[in-house]
Amino acid sequence: MSERLRLTVFAAGVVGFGAVLVWGLAGLPSFGDFDGRYGQYLAHAAVPERHATSAVAVTTLDFRGFDTLIEEFILFTAAVGVVVLLRVQRAGEEVPAEPDAVRRPTAHSGSLRSVITALVGPFLLLGLAIVVHGHLTPGGGFQGGVILMAALFLVYLGGTHMRLGPLRPLAATEASEGVGAAGFALIGLGGIVVAGAYLENFLPFGRVSNLVSGGDIPLLNIAVGLEVMGALLVVLGEFLDQRLLMRKGRL
Amino acid sequence: MTAVQIAALIAVAFGGTAVVLARDPARQALVASVYGLALAVLFLAFQAPDVALSQIVVGAVGLPAMIMFALRKIIRREEVDREER
Repeated sequence: MSERLRLTVFAAGVVGFGAVLVWGLAGLPSFGDFDGRYGQYLAHAAVPERHATSAVAVTTLDFRGFDTLIEEFILFTAAVGVVVLLRVQRAGEEVPAEPDAVRRPTAHSGSLRSVITALVGPFLLLGLAIVVHGHLTPGGGFQGGVILMAALFLVYLGGTHMRLGPLRPLAATEASEGVGAAGFALIGLGGIVVAGAYLENFLPFGRVSNLVSGGDIPLLNIAVGLEVMGALLVVLGEFLDQRLLMRKGRL
Repeated sequence: MTAVQIAALIAVAFGGTAVVLARDPARQALVASVYGLALAVLFLAFQAPDVALSQIVVGAVGLPAMIMFALRKIIRREEVDREER
C-alpha cells in the first residue's frame, strides 16, 4: 500500500469517525440531566428499605448482589489462572529457603525502609475501616481489600529479604481468597433458606448509620474484602516466587 | 459544570495524551499511574466517590504494579536469552 493510499484511507476514516462522533454527542442529554428511573428509585430506596447510607453499596451488594457475586468470581478465577500458569512453569519445585542467596540487593536506604514499615499499621487500619464502613460511606470490600493487600505487601517492600517465610503464609492467603469467595455465595444461600430468594437480605437491618446496620451488606463487604485481599496476595506471591527462581537461574 | 470539574477534565485529557506519548514501557507505567490519579480526581469531582476509590486502588496502584512486575520478568528473560546466544 503506497503512502498516499494509506493517507487517503486514514483521512476517510477520520472524517467518518468524526461525523458519527459529533452526531452522537449532539444527541446526548444535557450535562447533569439524569433520566434513569431505576437509578432514582435506588437512590431513594437505599436508606428507608435497607437502613444503609451508602446507596452504591446497597445497589451492588443487595439489589444487584448477583452481579457482584459473578464479578467476585471473575477475580477469583483470574487469580487461580495466574497461579496455575506460574506453578506449571516451576513444575512442583519448591522455592528453597536460602537466606544469603535471596537477600535483596535493592532497598538500601534505611530511611525509606523505616517510612515503608511505619506505613504498614496505618494501611491495615485504613483498609479495615474502609471494609467495615462500606455500607455507611464510600468504599467497601473491594477498595478496602486492595488497601489491605497493599499493607501486607509493604512488609515485603520494607524488608531486606526476598523470602518472607512465616510473614507470607501461602496457605492463609489462599484460605482468605477461598473463604471470601465462598462466604459471599453462602450468605446468598442464607437468603434462600431464610427469606426465600438467593442473596435476599435476611438479617435485621439495624438502626440507620450504625456500624451494624444494612442487614447482610456489611458481611458481604467483609467477604469481598477477604477475597480481594487473598486473590491479590496469591498473585503477588507467585510473582515473587518467580523472581526467586529466576535468580537461581531456573527460569 | 464547576471549575473543579473543568480542571479535572483538562487534567485527564493531558494525562491520557502523556500516557500515549511515553515510549519506554516502565516510564509509561508510572505516567499511567499519575493518569489514574487524575481520573480519580475527575470521578470525585463528578460526585462518584466509590468509583474514585476503586480507580485509585486499581488504576493508580494495582495496574502499574502489575505492569512493572510483568516488565521485570520479560526484561530478565531477554537478558538470559542474550547470554545463552
